[in-house]
Amino acid sequence: MNADTTRPTPAAPASPSDGSPIPANRLRGKDLVGIAELSVEEITLILDTALAMKEISSRPIKKVPALRGKTVVNLFFEASTRTRTSFEIAEKRLSADTLNIAASTSSVVKGETLADTVHNIEAMSPDLLVVRHSSSGSCHFLSRICRAGVINAGDGMHEHPTQALLDAFTIRERKGRLAGLKVAICGDLLHSRVLRSNLLLLTKMGADVWLCGPPTLIPAGFAQSGVHVTSSVDEAVEGADAVMMLRIQLERMLGGFFPSLREYFNVFGMTQDRVRRAKPDVLIMHPGPMNRGVEISSDVADGPYSVILDQVANGVAVRMAILYLLSGGAEHEAVA
Amino acid sequence: MPVVMDADRMGRTLTRIAHEIVERNRGVDHLALVGVRTRGVPIASRLASRLHDITGRDVPVGALDITLYRDDLMHNPVGPQPVVRSTDIPFSIDDRVIVLVDDVLYTGRTVRAALDELIDFGRPQAIQLVVIVDRGHRELPIKADYVGKNLPTSRAESVSVRLAETDGRDEVVIEKDPGEDAS
Repeated sequence: MNADTTRPTPAAPASPSDGSPIPANRLRGKDLVGIAELSVEEITLILDTALAMKEISSRPIKKVPALRGKTVVNLFFEASTRTRTSFEIAEKRLSADTLNIAASTSSVVKGETLADTVHNIEAMSPDLLVVRHSSSGSCHFLSRICRAGVINAGDGMHEHPTQALLDAFTIRERKGRLAGLKVAICGDLLHSRVLRSNLLLLTKMGADVWLCGPPTLIPAGFAQSGVHVTSSVDEAVEGADAVMMLRIQLERMLGGFFPSLREYFNVFGMTQDRVRRAKPDVLIMHPGPMNRGVEISSDVADGPYSVILDQVANGVAVRMAILYLLSGGAEHEAVA
Repeated sequence: MPVVMDADRMGRTLTRIAHEIVERNRGVDHLALVGVRTRGVPIASRLASRLHDITGRDVPVGALDITLYRDDLMHNPVGPQPVVRSTDIPFSIDDRVIVLVDDVLYTGRTVRAALDELIDFGRPQAIQLVVIVDRGHRELPIKADYVGKNLPTSRAESVSVRLAETDGRDEVVIEKDPGEDAS
């Protein structure tokens, strides 16, 4: 390759003096299926790239030509407003051509299988597929049968990696680091893919994670994964740097996990009184959509520590970073 | 590895360029400096401090990362994406004279990308270009307004501007590119 010294060469990252992780220079895979597959260095690369992407949304012209000529298909087999909008805005700000397919308007309702639907879309040569599906593992399955890169926008009760990355970005932006922070995650631990991705990400990055929820909504096995599990909100929130509330997912609940929503709020809901146990500069987070008066009170959701809307804004930057990083070749180094 | 500009000479060159900027623009009102990452940014800061010494006025300084505007970004299907760093232009560029600052002018492709990116921030009154070294071999119709040193080179050579802020010392060196034989 002809050395062009007028181009900024991706300089070797200087070793950060504060002990923060050194970013990788690329993502290893063509897909983003879950946090489980990412290394600390790759996570750091995504978060650092997102920092650069965030500035673009504050420009008079919120668009850069980086993904010109790339086609991204947003394939949503499950309802979504925030995530789909966020991905679509991220794609448009990078100049990609985007296409939205919702399950309700697709051939899926005519009985086509997931593999057939995706093979048909792939025949039209998209570069990236953003997929949300109600079955856990569906994105992993698609990543194996697709040539295009697959980005998991939530698969069943498995993972929601972009949400965890934007949560981590939001915490890092405010606190400067992730390692050593106490992060409490409260709510429906059983049905939450947001929790699984966050748990993996935060423990990889060295945060001290506390999980809290009704015993009926705590899956077996979490206690062994090196995190603290409790059914006392006060204990989880005590001295916390960040508190993430999870939505009570009524649509996924087939049995009676707790007596009533009102009782749930009384025992597990995040109120001003409970927030006072945390650090004075605690961050209150929620992946949305919120059930006000169930897992979180309105005065906390709209309060001064709430970064819930920052999370939404940061989601665009994080997704731009992922789209950008996955649209290059990932498998091999460049050969001139 | 011949050194073609040492620290003293680089200091004098920057002082000379600062004077040329003041002379040509009849002062520094409505002026702003924008450095192209990586090494254009510290050079822009140094020019700003010299402009302050000469005129007593502060000139705003911005940083531009042109990675997302590169013309080779989507033409290279294998290989990782180049690392993106933050662009930071904390002032309006509308109706200002923007002095774009980079270390080496070679093919002109970086400057093309920088011009496109700048225009997305507004409509400057004019854009001028400062480079420490112009090494020739232009591939686009682009010319610098202020040049530290014209350095005739062959394409097989590479020119490195090193700065105290990024590399520990100030110098410009010219070296045979070891990667050239391999490609």
